[in-house]
Amino acid sequence: MIRVQREDFDIGAEIERLMEGRRDLGAVVSFTGSVRDRAGGREISEMTLEHYPGMTERELERIEGEARERWPLQDCLIIHRYGTLVPGDKIVLVITASPHRRAAFEAAEFLMDYLKTSAPFWKQEAGPDGTHWVESRTSDDEALERWRKPGKAAE
Amino acid sequence: MGVRLCYFAWVREQTGIDQEQIDLPDSVKTVADLIAWLKSRGPEFEMAFERADVIRAAVDQTHVPHETQIRGASEIAFFPPVTGG
Repeated sequence: MIRVQREDFDIGAEIERLMEGRRDLGAVVSFTGSVRDRAGGREISEMTLEHYPGMTERELERIEGEARERWPLQDCLIIHRYGTLVPGDKIVLVITASPHRRAAFEAAEFLMDYLKTSAPFWKQEAGPDGTHWVESRTSDDEALERWRKPGKAAE
Repeated sequence: MGVRLCYFAWVREQTGIDQEQIDLPDSVKTVADLIAWLKSRGPEFEMAFERADVIRAAVDQTHVPHETQIRGASEIAFFPPVTGG
């Protein structure tokens, strides 16, 4: 499931909800991304996330579908926020559940790597030096490469 | 035929608009043609699309390369590389 929202989310409550009533889950992994107060030597007081309503949901659903094809996921949740956030605020949450931990860990990493290079979000940072758009990182593109290599998904 | 053009992040800031409905000339067949045509519309567009190679495009909300044909598209978006997550 995916959610794109302005509001904050409760990590514990989201994990509890996903696990509620399930007796078949063996491993539940979560990743949370949050706003830092410094980046590239600059002080950050605010971060605004713009997105492309409609396409964002489509891309996140596509990425989730791809993860479900590659790994035996029993459940999967992606929450991504937009709007204006401050350091310490949560930006993104990914939860994956599978019978065994390796698939849950790998799928969570895959989802984050794909999300960072294809979900249409743009970050603008504001601080004492003014505002600027965050530039995409080559390391994010490189992170994708390893998922392209032939290999078998964890059972 | 009319198409909706959408602009995001610094592309939006430089063009000065977030979206517009527009009729394209028949000579505009691909995303690259469209970028070239947009650049001829005025200084804001010329500046927004100056670094055309870094600008990403989506046709009907799907990422596409610049050589993609746009015939039949109803929505075309231009934006910088994404930075979510």
